[in-house]
Amino acid sequence: MKKKSVKNDNSTVNSLLVRRPIQRWFPLFILPTFLCFIIGFIWPFAQGIYLSFCTFNTPKDATWVGVQNYVKAVTDPGFTNAFWNTAKFAVVSIILINVLAFSIAYALTQKMRGANLFRTVFFMPNLIGGVVLGYIWSMIFDAILKQYNTYLTANAKYGFWGLVILVAWQQIGYMMIIYIAGLQAVPGDMLEAAKIDGANGWQTLFRVIIPNVMPSITICTFLTLTNSFKLFDQNMALTGGAPEIMAQGAKIKMTELLALNIYSTYNINKNWHGVAQAKAVVFFILVAVLAIAQQAATRSKEVQQ
Amino acid sequence: MKKVFALLLTLAMVLSLAACGAKEETPAEKPAETPAASSDAGSVYYLNFKPEADQAWQDLAKTYTEQTGVEVKVVTAASGEYETNLTAEMAKSEAPTLFQCGNAQSLMTWGDYCLDLTGTDVLAEMTTSDFNLTEDGAVKAIGYCYEAFGIIVNKALLAEAGYELSDITDFASLKAVAEDIHARSAELGFDAFSSSGLDGSSSWRFSGHLANMPLYYEFRDDGVTAQPAEITGAYLNNYRAIWDLYINNSSAEKTSLTTATGDMSSGEFKEKKAVFYQNGTWEYAGLVEAGIASEDLAMIPIYCGVDGESEAGLACGTENCWAVNSQASEADIQATLDFMKWVVTSDEGTQMMAEQFGPIPFKNAKESANVFFNDANAYMADGKYTVTWAFNHTPNVDSWRSTVVSALATYSADQSDANWDGVVTAFVDGWAYEYNMQNG
Repeated sequence: MKKKSVKNDNSTVNSLLVRRPIQRWFPLFILPTFLCFIIGFIWPFAQGIYLSFCTFNTPKDATWVGVQNYVKAVTDPGFTNAFWNTAKFAVVSIILINVLAFSIAYALTQKMRGANLFRTVFFMPNLIGGVVLGYIWSMIFDAILKQYNTYLTANAKYGFWGLVILVAWQQIGYMMIIYIAGLQAVPGDMLEAAKIDGANGWQTLFRVIIPNVMPSITICTFLTLTNSFKLFDQNMALTGGAPEIMAQGAKIKMTELLALNIYSTYNINKNWHGVAQAKAVVFFILVAVLAIAQQAATRSKEVQQ
Repeated sequence: MKKVFALLLTLAMVLSLAACGAKEETPAEKPAETPAASSDAGSVYYLNFKPEADQAWQDLAKTYTEQTGVEVKVVTAASGEYETNLTAEMAKSEAPTLFQCGNAQSLMTWGDYCLDLTGTDVLAEMTTSDFNLTEDGAVKAIGYCYEAFGIIVNKALLAEAGYELSDITDFASLKAVAEDIHARSAELGFDAFSSSGLDGSSSWRFSGHLANMPLYYEFRDDGVTAQPAEITGAYLNNYRAIWDLYINNSSAEKTSLTTATGDMSSGEFKEKKAVFYQNGTWEYAGLVEAGIASEDLAMIPIYCGVDGESEAGLACGTENCWAVNSQASEADIQATLDFMKWVVTSDEGTQMMAEQFGPIPFKNAKESANVFFNDANAYMADGKYTVTWAFNHTPNVDSWRSTVVSALATYSADQSDANWDGVVTAFVDGWAYEYNMQNG
């Protein structure tokens, strides 16, 4: 069926008759979304920052206490420990996930039988929720470690590397998809030119392919960085921070990452709500700074095609 | 015209959003009706704590009103919302006359509202004062039901191994029996203790209930009645002794305890693979359902080698305590006290209490089918001392327990003195730390 009377091309949209009211009334059109954004994001965010300077049980009964919460937050050995755990975890998992995801993507973009099947299979772990994965992997690790007469939460090292394996297993498939898209966009004539010029496989990889997939690398490192900093449910379900020890007159959960630390601080009792809030603000600044720095660093290496 | 229309639309949008945001919070449960202001007779307003017993209370209130003409209003707070509801209701002019004040924390908040029940008829009906909350000699709240925990015994298996319940009277005899059964486990086909799992579904039995033993004896010696800032751990060697007994005389591997669940432990007991199983009165229905004959079941105290413990009863405690609102009018207070007395003495009342709450610590209590309660009552009747729930004082309880569990797991994998020091640190230093955290 053809519509005859309606001209459906750019000239209609661009006509002055249509454009002028849009230009005049655009605040009205963005208003619903903008209001939602304020209610759902800006306002809670501002309130969160305000609450980090307060003691409170519910947001309604907040009383201002100044920077006291921040002092408590940064002097908490559990928080420091969680920070270093997170930093180590981020470094290890960024390298591991990206190298493996890139390698698999590279392998699966070569002409091989069943590449599509492999892509699907590698992507599948990403479809399972973090809590479920945490519990399943804790069983797997415990079953393995049982052979060596020990258990997952016996040693902080087991918990740490267990978490690395879990997260790598979960995220490699996702990053792989991004890398595959990047690899497929590498212009064929460039590869051909490299071949004609006599470049070997490694030279082609490092001089042609990697510079061309730099946008994918930027995205993937950004995602793995923020993912590993924000990691929460896998951490909670796998070890829950155990083993816990008393040291320096304080309790330290050996395998706790930042997000879980904030969560458990909040749940101590109402005296700690403000401190957890302060930790969350510190955490936000940390993630924001790291992500911006990382973006700037990798962006500069991207090439225009 | 268009402008006006657009403005109207905008307004509608904004208003609908605002309407979403400004929705008034309604209290969880509103009393269906306010009772007619009764004049001289007074009336009762009970703010009930247990949602599952709501219907039973409503029916009982109706019966009482039919019999005596005294108005009884029962309102039930939603689960976990009791404190909030109580705060809201107490602020009203028609405040509850009977409410729940179950632990030291609650007493701190509501102590001023609790009538001293000394000399009241309902108090005179009680068989024990162990579950009551007192403050400066005044009885502020009375425990109207309780739970008990100890070591559940399969008497049939015990007999098969050549022992009977009366052979176990203290730690030494328990140890002798358990070690003998463990040594002959291959030939007998069952072991002494069910697995002492330290998985989250099971660890509370040891970081909570078993840990109550050293805490109880320490607090008894030191006369501690309120939450202490620090503990000494004077009885931790007893804790170690009983823990060693549990894990050394069980079929479970010591290194896999962190993953052993509560279901595994109860499963071993239900499948008649273990004679002893540490748990509480609430397990009764499940065990009978699993096919263990009720007459084969018994509960004995957790013996851990403290002097004079052959005089110990089961560890009984409760958070279900009644308090009468002292701020209510004279007539209402009298009506409430009469109602309470009727509940624990009348046929209808005791019947309902036995069904809903098990045996109640009152003279006219109806028998319960639960043998564990009957055991608990028998120990009390024999004049043995009740081990009270000292763990109710634990600061920041979940966090404290998880540290103890971590240390206990390390110790279980390798029962060295150094690892036990870790448990002691988690127990004693952990307590001080959590106390500071809680109050910091």
